[in-house]
Amino acid sequence: MKSWNAQKTTLAERLADGRRYASGKTIEVVDLPNFLEAVIRPADRVCLEGDNQKQADVLAAALTDVDPAKIHDLHMVQSGVVLPEHLDVFEKGIARRLDYSYSGPQAARVARLLFGGKIELGAVHTYLELFARYFVDLTPNVALIAAVCADRDGNLYTGPNTEDTPTVVEATTFKSGIVVAQVAEIVDRLPRVDIPGDRVHFVVEAKKPFYVEPLFTRDPAAITEAQVLTAMLAIKGLYAPYGIRRLNHGIGFSTAAIELLLPTYGEKLGLKGSVCTHWALNPHPALIPAIESGWVEQIHSFGSEVGMDDYIRARSDIYFTGPDGSLRSNRAFCQVAGLYACDMFIGSTLQIDLQGNSSTVTTSRIAGFGGAPNMGSDARGRRHPSAPWLQAGKEADPDGPPPLRRGRKLVVQIGETFGDKNVPLFVEKLDALTLAEKLNLELAPLMIYADDVTHIVTEEGIANLLLCRDKDEREQAIRGVAGYTDVGRGRDGKMVRRLRERGVIRRPEDLGIDPLDADRSLLAARSIKDLVRWSGGLYAPPSKFRNW
Amino acid sequence: METLSYRHKAQERAAGSKSLAIIGVVASGNLEVLVERLLPDTECQVDINTAAEGFGAVWEAVVADFVERRSPGGLRLSVNDGGARPDTVALRLAQAVRLIEEEDR
Repeated sequence: MKSWNAQKTTLAERLADGRRYASGKTIEVVDLPNFLEAVIRPADRVCLEGDNQKQADVLAAALTDVDPAKIHDLHMVQSGVVLPEHLDVFEKGIARRLDYSYSGPQAARVARLLFGGKIELGAVHTYLELFARYFVDLTPNVALIAAVCADRDGNLYTGPNTEDTPTVVEATTFKSGIVVAQVAEIVDRLPRVDIPGDRVHFVVEAKKPFYVEPLFTRDPAAITEAQVLTAMLAIKGLYAPYGIRRLNHGIGFSTAAIELLLPTYGEKLGLKGSVCTHWALNPHPALIPAIESGWVEQIHSFGSEVGMDDYIRARSDIYFTGPDGSLRSNRAFCQVAGLYACDMFIGSTLQIDLQGNSSTVTTSRIAGFGGAPNMGSDARGRRHPSAPWLQAGKEADPDGPPPLRRGRKLVVQIGETFGDKNVPLFVEKLDALTLAEKLNLELAPLMIYADDVTHIVTEEGIANLLLCRDKDEREQAIRGVAGYTDVGRGRDGKMVRRLRERGVIRRPEDLGIDPLDADRSLLAARSIKDLVRWSGGLYAPPSKFRNW
Repeated sequence: METLSYRHKAQERAAGSKSLAIIGVVASGNLEVLVERLLPDTECQVDINTAAEGFGAVWEAVVADFVERRSPGGLRLSVNDGGARPDTVALRLAQAVRLIEEEDR
């Protein structure tokens, strides 16, 4: 007779096997490899919590120590492939298949293992997309997660970096999977409960904090004059005319420059209160001067940022915080916020082609996507109006009947025409396409599709792609802001002049900006130390950013 | 090291009376420009010392645009490049002209 509760039966068996190594819910670190061999089965789907920032590093190390003869062919389903251990499990034959979102520091090794056949790639996802699949066809059998502390019942306090944990736990525990948490310590009373204990089966006291990567700290000292100019163009040419109040920023230096120009250049333009008031954004240190100057009303965050805890605690009117005072972040909710409730995404990329497709993949580095494609795409399910959204929709379709016309999210790519080592931002053919051919992928890994991009901003000017009426105009608008790259020098001068007359391309002088005024002295903070000063000493930068 | 030299006709003499100015620093991704008022009023010369080879076509385009936009007649600009990006180069050239056009104080 068919059993309708086989998963619950299996769960009970696994729990019984695991409890042989547990005292209550607690497992000792030294017992972890044996414990993992007891609760994991070959070919399981495993989420080894690797988020954008926090990492279940102790559990990751233990998983590399299991016996591949017992545990093999695992299917890893996690958003971040960030630690060396995340790939060691593939090299050792413990895991075989991978579905993920982001692999910043391991991007080159992911590429090597893919080419070497050690990884069988499912797909590279956006965060929301992978989270969605956790509930449909990539539900984890085992989740190995990270939190700050636990009590004896397994209740978890995640601290400011909640990130992916609620999503991972929800999908795993309510589909009869096993949840194992690593915590720095087990305490009698938690500051707050982020994950209820009946969703957590085992807890490991790691006796050290989980690893966190400071991904969102940009040293103002490294911001160039060209980035200052590009930021001025964005503020005067986009933020002001569209009246962008709700937005998300990428993590590059160009957007850090915008954050640092709000209290100076933005103030001079009289924009305070009419732009940049509501954010889906990690706690960027570079936004401190704007917050302190009264620009920002509120910020919801995907995760936290190293060194920002005390500042956030002291600014609970701005950030989402728990009864304990610390930040409550949530990657899934913040991604949804960025997708549906923001009118603009602005971020950098590595390559843009002649139609405006963009990608951060190169043939030797498969960095994945993270959240940018969710932020940087038009939400087709959006139904609420807002001035910038309606304005962008009108520019794209001036003749459509207003009540039936969709608005458009502003999706802006910002960058200098040449990047590090004089590598051009604009290319005829994306490396992502070459990679797709080489690996026989059905889909090239594009960060943002051309039909979602509305504007491109470089030091040479702003191209408004909403106003382009055909493929040729689009190509020339892009060439027209591509500077001295091959793509830029290949422009049709006459057509670019016509596009400029129509306002499709706007140069600094068209906006009343003198490039010679683009000076670092415009930045509200010119060093990390300045940011500390702005925060009244509340921001505590990680040591690698301290040079005093 | 590559040495490039471009000589152009300039429409107008650069304003001001200073005979020499210097701007920028030689560092990775940056450059130093020395500008001297040495040439006839209709001439402009840009001499470039660069570590990055093979960017001749880019330099040529940057210099041509610079001469057209700024009309730096009478100036010789000597560029010491630390692998700067073309947009930084264009900015420094413009800054150098502005500096030599300032009145002596």
